[in-house]
Amino acid sequence: MLSLTPYENPMYFGMLAVAFIPIVVGILWGKRFRWYELLVSIGFILLSFGGPKWEQGVALVGFLIFEVILVSLYNVYRKKKNDTWVFVIAVLLAISPLVVVKLTPLMSGTPSIIGFLGISYLTFKAVQTVMEIRDGVLKDYNPWFFLQFMAFFPSISSGPIDRYRRFRKDYESVPDREKYLNMLEKALHYVFLGFVYKFMLAYLFGTILLPKVQHLAVQSTGLSWGLVGVMYVYSFYLFFDFAGYSLFAVATSYFMGIETPMNFNQPFKSKNIKEFWNRWHMTLSFWFRDYVYMRLVFFFMKHKIFKNPKTTANITYVLNMLLMGFWHGEKWYYIVYGLIHGVALVINDWWLNLKKKNPDRFPHNKFTEYLAIFITFNFVCFTFLVFSGFLDTLWFH
Amino acid sequence: MNTKETVLNILADLTGSDVSNSMDENLFETGLLDSMGTVQLLLQLQTELGIMAPVSEFERSEWDTPNKIIAKVEAMQ
Repeated sequence: MLSLTPYENPMYFGMLAVAFIPIVVGILWGKRFRWYELLVSIGFILLSFGGPKWEQGVALVGFLIFEVILVSLYNVYRKKKNDTWVFVIAVLLAISPLVVVKLTPLMSGTPSIIGFLGISYLTFKAVQTVMEIRDGVLKDYNPWFFLQFMAFFPSISSGPIDRYRRFRKDYESVPDREKYLNMLEKALHYVFLGFVYKFMLAYLFGTILLPKVQHLAVQSTGLSWGLVGVMYVYSFYLFFDFAGYSLFAVATSYFMGIETPMNFNQPFKSKNIKEFWNRWHMTLSFWFRDYVYMRLVFFFMKHKIFKNPKTTANITYVLNMLLMGFWHGEKWYYIVYGLIHGVALVINDWWLNLKKKNPDRFPHNKFTEYLAIFITFNFVCFTFLVFSGFLDTLWFH
Repeated sequence: MNTKETVLNILADLTGSDVSNSMDENLFETGLLDSMGTVQLLLQLQTELGIMAPVSEFERSEWDTPNKIIAKVEAMQ
């Protein structure tokens, strides 16, 4: 059976274009053909997780059934009672498949049989739904809708990570013709921009240039021009590859009348690291902001764990980013990457505060702004070098 | 003290500046509020006005100016 990774080859796009004709015509005339949308979704999920990848497909279906049952049971419970320990167990159970998948290779050296492409992104959606049910803002939780939210095929493999209530608003309505035409125009633009990003620029940096600079870098184990090259080339590759993929996922959603949030907003022109996280992999960093950072801060402040708010903020920054590191994978370089960004956020807050308190001591003009962008960009590229795992290859293998 | 004054007092405390003259200013874009400030705001609302606003209730675009915050708080009372 035919098997295609999402957004990787022309055939996939061709099939999308054909499958979308009835959907586009329908929405233009104010109608959603639910059964047809469902058919298309199942078809494209089979295309990515069927055939030679059938084992992943089985794992996906098992995962979806598990999460839907879990979240639905928690919803039934939450209507009657609201004990913290039950909530904690529900969250732990929701992330347990991901934990197993992440830890199995460490223990046995082989990938887990319950793993599949996209499990970490789907876990985010399940956990946030449990948290919102706990907070009492999802009063009309519906298992069938939750399943469709989880299995929304345009973003199933690598995000962007949408939110239950936001998704439902789009899903339950049909955009009017003017709005939808506008979305189609954007979608086409994103698809072509995505082609440029993923198939030209990411190809140039990742497939053509990266092996060359890597080859130069491995000639010595220390700092070399080759290594500096790897740092910048990998950073551009990472951005264009992932931003390109995200553009495809957003565009595909738009065709279906769903405004999946954007993932990147010109991250390399950030003036500081906090701004960077508001522009880079936004749906992930906002997820961590809303479901980890804010909740931890809320907990620490409410129970007065630390003496002052600054300490609370700083400790939570580091915990938050460390967790993001662990989420990326159980390798030293992902964890160090998280740690560096956590510490950077602490330093950044301290610096911004110092500037705010002493407005006359530090000049602020166009030049200092460019300098700030330059420093932030180089710092970020350095952290991506750590993230790439290339140092691991260089030093330990 | 009415709701509006209480909210403005809390905001003045948190941001370190008087926002009563810029009721439609975006507090996140100007850097006066961030996630930390937001949580402090939610906790203060709880102690001073008895409003239980969970973190899930907080959607940035609905809470980003003093006017919007006051409207939100009044709606939740």
